Amino acid sequence: MYNFELVKPTTLQDAVAALKDDDAQALGGGQTLLPTMKARLAMSDKFVALSGVAEIRGICTDDDGRICIGGGTTHADVAKGATDYPALASTAARIGDPAVRNRGTIGGSLANNDPSACYPAAALASNATICTPDREIAADAYFQGMFETALEEGEIITEVKFPVPQKAAYEKFIQPASRFPLVAVFVAKFSDGVRVAVTGASSDGVFRWSEAEAALSDNFSAEAILGLSAPSSDGMISDLHGDATYRAHLVKVMTARAVKAAI
Amino acid sequence: MPKDTGIGASPKRREDVRFLTGKGRYTDDINVAGQAHVVFLRSDVAHGTINGIDTAAAEAMEGVVGVFTAMDFDGVGGIPCGWQITDREGNPMQEPKHPILAEGKVRHVGDPIAAVVAESVSIARDACEAIEVDITSLPAVMDMKKAVQADAPKVHDDLTSNLCYDWGFVEDNRQAVDDAIKSAAHVTTLELVNNRLIANPMEPRVAVGDYARHDDSSTLYTTSQNPHVIRLLMGAFVLGIPEHKLRVVAPDVGGGFGTKIFHYAEEAFCTFAAKQLERPVKWTASRSEAFMSDAHGRDHVTKIELALDADNNFTAVRTETYANMGAYLSTFAPSVPTWLHGTLMAGNYKTPLVYVNVKAVFTNTVPVDAYRGAGRPEATFQLERVVDKAARELGIDPVELRRQNFIREFPYQTPVAVEYDTGDYDATMDKLLEMIDRDGFEARRKESESRGKLRGLGINCYIEACGIAPSKLVGQLGARAGLYESATVRVNATGGLVVMTGSHSHGQGHETSFPQVIADMIGINEDQIEIVHGDTANAPMGMGTYGSRSLAVGGSAMFRATEKIIAKAKKIAAHIMEASDEDIELKDGKFTVAGTDKELAWGDVTLAAYVPHNYPLEDLEPGLEETAFYDPNNFTYPAGAYACEVEVDPETGFVEVLSFAAADDFGNVVNPMIVEGQVHGGLAQGIGQALFENCAYDEDGQLLSASYMDYTMPRAKDLPMFQVDHSCATPCTHNPLGVKGCGEAGAIGSPPSIVNGVLDALASGGHDVGHIDMPLTPAKVWAAMQGTGGTGDGTAHARSVGGPAKNV
Amino acid sequence: MTKVTMTVNGKTRTAEAEGRTLLAEWLREGVRLTGTHIGCDTSQCGACVVHVNGEAVKACSVLAQEIDGAEVTTVEGMANADGSLGVIQQAFQDYHGLQCGFCTPGMVMSTAALLKDNPQPTEAEVRHYLEGNICRCTGYHNIVKAVMAASGQQVAPVAAE
Ligand SMILES: Cc1cc2nc3c(=O)[nH]c(=O)nc-3n(C[C@H](O)[C@H](O)[C@H](O)COP(=O)(O)OP(=O)(O)OC[C@H]3O[C@@H](n4cnc5c(N)ncnc54)[C@H](O)[C@@H]3O)c2cc1C
Ligand code: FES
Ligand code: FES
Repeated sequence: MYNFELVKPTTLQDAVAALKDDDAQALGGGQTLLPTMKARLAMSDKFVALSGVAEIRGICTDDDGRICIGGGTTHADVAKGATDYPALASTAARIGDPAVRNRGTIGGSLANNDPSACYPAAALASNATICTPDREIAADAYFQGMFETALEEGEIITEVKFPVPQKAAYEKFIQPASRFPLVAVFVAKFSDGVRVAVTGASSDGVFRWSEAEAALSDNFSAEAILGLSAPSSDGMISDLHGDATYRAHLVKVMTARAVKAAI
Repeated sequence: MPKDTGIGASPKRREDVRFLTGKGRYTDDINVAGQAHVVFLRSDVAHGTINGIDTAAAEAMEGVVGVFTAMDFDGVGGIPCGWQITDREGNPMQEPKHPILAEGKVRHVGDPIAAVVAESVSIARDACEAIEVDITSLPAVMDMKKAVQADAPKVHDDLTSNLCYDWGFVEDNRQAVDDAIKSAAHVTTLELVNNRLIANPMEPRVAVGDYARHDDSSTLYTTSQNPHVIRLLMGAFVLGIPEHKLRVVAPDVGGGFGTKIFHYAEEAFCTFAAKQLERPVKWTASRSEAFMSDAHGRDHVTKIELALDADNNFTAVRTETYANMGAYLSTFAPSVPTWLHGTLMAGNYKTPLVYVNVKAVFTNTVPVDAYRGAGRPEATFQLERVVDKAARELGIDPVELRRQNFIREFPYQTPVAVEYDTGDYDATMDKLLEMIDRDGFEARRKESESRGKLRGLGINCYIEACGIAPSKLVGQLGARAGLYESATVRVNATGGLVVMTGSHSHGQGHETSFPQVIADMIGINEDQIEIVHGDTANAPMGMGTYGSRSLAVGGSAMFRATEKIIAKAKKIAAHIMEASDEDIELKDGKFTVAGTDKELAWGDVTLAAYVPHNYPLEDLEPGLEETAFYDPNNFTYPAGAYACEVEVDPETGFVEVLSFAAADDFGNVVNPMIVEGQVHGGLAQGIGQALFENCAYDEDGQLLSASYMDYTMPRAKDLPMFQVDHSCATPCTHNPLGVKGCGEAGAIGSPPSIVNGVLDALASGGHDVGHIDMPLTPAKVWAAMQGTGGTGDGTAHARSVGGPAKNV
Repeated sequence: MTKVTMTVNGKTRTAEAEGRTLLAEWLREGVRLTGTHIGCDTSQCGACVVHVNGEAVKACSVLAQEIDGAEVTTVEGMANADGSLGVIQQAFQDYHGLQCGFCTPGMVMSTAALLKDNPQPTEAEVRHYLEGNICRCTGYHNIVKAVMAASGQQVAPVAAE
């Protein structure tokens, strides 16, 4: 790793101020950042650790019934605490391994927007709102392609608000080496329609499978999915672990399974 | 009743206490006062000409102690190869130079170009980034079959081609084999890839070089399975340091699996630089570095043909293998696809005619050498796959086909040079069938089907050659070393004893199991016996641990040394008790005189040896210390039968291993607990090879599986509990302990079971797939079910190395 | 360089750390506790697992300065007060849950974390929990048994008789 200065603000205000520096970057749980920095693929002069900022940790429910999760909340805390949204809790519980979950945060995951990450699927399918100190961003506008988001330089995710669907489930087919999703699908059924978000498959990052959403909004059943053809493999990821055709196929299989599992 | 001490007991491992409390002393835990750190600048292209290296900026950086390139190694030898193969024409193999730092050309991603020694790892790394290397990329030589074509670019410009050797075995049988195949009633053909693997011991390699000015001696601490071999190779061939001025220490080593046998450039570098700079120099590999610098394993592309007569007797086997050597010849690389592979091609069967052809090929990849099993897994896999395929083609039971062809008379001279001393293949097969409830399989398959899953049962046999090796024989076969083992038994005055063994434990538990043998021989407590290994300063010249040889060869050396101790102790006892030597018996730590009630405690005799007052000084030297070198007169031949049940998810191609059973014949077993642990570990690696692990390069020679993000290490969740049995024991007839070795069996015997099982599952779902190349990832299995992957016609892709999984 | 102080296995320990110094490096080089191992650089192998303020973390993926003042437990702190092996350590020895010992510190610390949350895990739960701990030697069979035994559950004896 290149060396850097580590600052440890204890308030959001101080964190925001510290991140105003040109070459400052937020450090969440470090579970993506530190391995990347070891490979010398990421580097800043100053890192601003968010772990001491109590204001952005924790889980509550707002007046609209949304589950609101502080940007600095760890995967482990979401797995334990998001009891009103079991599919979300279960998603968090399946990220990485226990030690990773004790450090990694939802803000870090969403800010990073790895094309194979779990939370982006949950947030997009749930129609979540990503909050920063100055604005609220709808999930549909937030995810802008692999590792690309609507966040500005230095902008911190303070909170993520998840509307709670009537039914939802997350089905993850793992890439056996990294244990990230090879393909994973989050299905969320709301009173006004179904949202299906797919991660791991597309080189554009998380996306909504609109044909499946339409079919499921009409008929929320696995059969509705089995009647569709798999999404086009154009733009799907091809790598050692599966080519685009296989990934496209898995999208369909995992979607059907998520629908079956949805409670 | 299980025993609680001595041979056959399972005492708890004494080494565990230090490992469990954080007190192990691994090489990276060693820091020598004043040490500097080295970081290697490694090539990021697979093949290229080095036009120039500018180190000025790096040298000028604060904290940099020294920057080295190939120029600094003028007059220093290359990394030697320990085995020379003679080709079909009788010519020696082509042997390229393997410089410590790349000379003129880089030949694989990870090839070290320069080295920076600095006050800290970070400074060294920063300085590496400041080195400017001007490289012209050349086309990468990746595909073995293309590499041997006349117009292929060459990995080594000074060699005539990329062909290291073209080996035929047994060349005299060639015509007869060809004829037998032509006239066979049935021939089953299979082309397959034995996937390239990375051993991945959890401890990455480390080397610390130290130099003592006062006596001009060098010390190397290294993560090695065989410190004496490193001392010999590095001292004599690379650096020109006489062995008495060079000490090599391999302390606690965190797993080896073969990849820590070899002498590596980094070891030579640290030893060399420490002397040049007169400062200790330490290198700790990162895991990423390990992926591109540890010797890889396997990587064969093979065509095998099995000929059968009208009664389904095997009449001939013919194989043609392309074996990847990588860019340079690692220490034992040439022996793996030849003597460790060709000699096992008879398997458990009395096939009268066998011909093995192996073409070893240089490519722009990391060198390939022995990895757990080394050659024997490759032999077992092709043979046990082709037998299974033959059974399927002929519509007969795969177990019966095997049984019908089993060797039943021992000793058995195979047509591939080796002679099996003993074995009972029916016994292990019977045992296996008892373990797996084969009769219940159909019901279990139905149950899986009711859940939408396809269930398969895979069965196979294996035989391997362990206890490596008779020195005279391997010398004739091209080994440049002997393969005996040594032990010094030093009895102390108070009766305790220390064994200095040339074997090395890096997880095998010698500190616990070796004392069990001696405790039985003398009748003293195991805790009076200490095992010391891993330091050339105190152990006699030994060859180390690999090839499941520790107990069979190292244990036998210790046995012989202890016999000498006992013989001498008896003479002392006879003198004291005024009896004749022949009448002395040693039992339970007491010397008695036959037919009398005279007795003398072990401790009284050992004391007398060092306080020789009442002692036959005229006939006998004082002291009680003996050394033995044991050179085996044959290999040992562990064998067994393995089976697994797998479930395939037809929607995704995902394979779950539901159960795995192993019935092994290891001969006598000293510590059943340790033996079972060895088998478990081997099974995990074999299952890993079959389902998960794949060292893959792309066409340009970039390593695709360059970290645990892409190289799948089996996890707890990926494996079932194993059923293991070693009760069918036919003791080895030619070593004093009757042991055969158990370290590699699991890795050798398990891959064909898995593949046979998956294909069986697919067949039950109506998918007639002839073969799928390992690893059987979900993507590949699914593609095979779609008729787009797999190799229904039994034709392997010509690729030498994995590459992206393509559904073609 | 900044001085970083933590309570390690009940003792106050101070050593310098740069911004980039990882907890694993601080432990191994700073306070010379070499029981915590480093087996990878991608946060995957788990050889480095320790407890920070009671939670299992990968010491290779936490900055030392960030947790200045924390309570840290490493494998060196898992023995009983009299120096004898703690329950988990003893079970690993009893059931041959280690061979080369390199993954062992992380395995022991992960097991301790698991049993705190789930005192009687099933075999499947054990295997699932250990997803972030790679062992190359044991095939996990005896590790799983050791964990079950450490939780006071009945497991088959160590070697078939
Ligand atoms: C072994 C292993 C397995 C894993 N498996 C999975 C998996 O299965 N699924 C999965 O989804 N992920 C997985 N991950 C990734 C893990 O979830 C990370 O925790 C996550 O991606 C990043 O979160 P973090 O808090 O650690 O962020 P960091 O690594 O600290 O930061 C990541 C990025 O986000 C930025 N950032 C951090 N916090 C904020 C914030 N609050 N606001 C704005 N920007 C911020 C940082 O500047 C950086 O650019 C795995 C990681 C490991 C090591
Ligand atoms: S060293 Fe920490 S996970 Fe590998
Ligand atoms: S005991 Fe060697 S890696 Fe686990």
